[in-house]
Amino acid sequence: MIFEFDLLVLIFLLPAAIIALQLKNLVGASMVFGIYSFLMCLLWAEMGAVDVAFTEAAVGAGVSAVYMIATVYQTSKRSSD
Amino acid sequence: MKLLSGIVCGFVGLLLLYGVSDPDDFPAWGDPNSPASTSPISEYFIQNTMKDSEVPNMVTSVLADYRGWDTMFETVVVFVAGIAIFAVIRSFDVDVGAVKKPKVREADLVLKHTVRLLIPVIQIFSLYVLGHGHGSPGGGFQGGVILGASFILVALVWDIETALKRFSEKQAIFCAGIGIFIYAGFGFLSIFFGAEFLNYGVLEPILPGIHSSAKARYIGMLIVEIGVMCTVASVLYLIYALLATRGRMQGGL
Repeated sequence: MIFEFDLLVLIFLLPAAIIALQLKNLVGASMVFGIYSFLMCLLWAEMGAVDVAFTEAAVGAGVSAVYMIATVYQTSKRSSD
Repeated sequence: MKLLSGIVCGFVGLLLLYGVSDPDDFPAWGDPNSPASTSPISEYFIQNTMKDSEVPNMVTSVLADYRGWDTMFETVVVFVAGIAIFAVIRSFDVDVGAVKKPKVREADLVLKHTVRLLIPVIQIFSLYVLGHGHGSPGGGFQGGVILGASFILVALVWDIETALKRFSEKQAIFCAGIGIFIYAGFGFLSIFFGAEFLNYGVLEPILPGIHSSAKARYIGMLIVEIGVMCTVASVLYLIYALLATRGRMQGGL
């Protein structure tokens, strides 16, 4: 593991996680969640679990973000809490 | 309420950190003395994968051969998830007041032509991921997701009708079932040759041009991965089509 790379990913990961929860705009929150997934994918790839990273990139960052946006478009676009 | 949930989340987070902080309980990353590295099973996989199945990527051989039973039910889980979403949100009553009138929307010119160029590349890449999963990261699940994403891209850029014209709802459900059928059916074939369920090694006589049991396993893995890809791609596409249209299968986002 490369410590500097891990630290960099962590620095981006924590704000991404918090922003995804805090954003009132749900489309934006889904996008930030996609960013979170992509950063996790970088982490997997760096740890040598390339198969897991590939799946995370395809499912987490790709398709599940699309699903969330599709669902948000059918419900309300702003969070009420 | 928000404060309370914040306190609960913080407490659980701290508990989790405390749980993983003990260096004696959790082996360091890449530790050769960790239980996962010293167990005889890992050693067996590392030493015998090439001998048993000629697959260089150990992950694929564990996934599709040594633990084929497990992967079969993973595929069934994907299938059941798709069917469950279908059962919950598919609705056949058209023209209720709540339905958004499908806007007639011309897709953006640049978007349309870019996607036209992109989709063949995405689909060929998905086949590459499937076929090359034996030697590099990849396989049925990832290839299936990429193939499903290419259909979703059509539905995103044009509308759901355009996508459904090319890959209809019925075909998607049929393909999802066919994928499981390929996997389980190929597993059953080996029973007729006197071996266990999903033991592809004995299928050597019926596979053309295969003269060793290891090569038969190689081909067997490829065939079950094709089944996985079939199911995953069509289920993902089906889920998107249902979610994006509130289960009415018309109109766009």
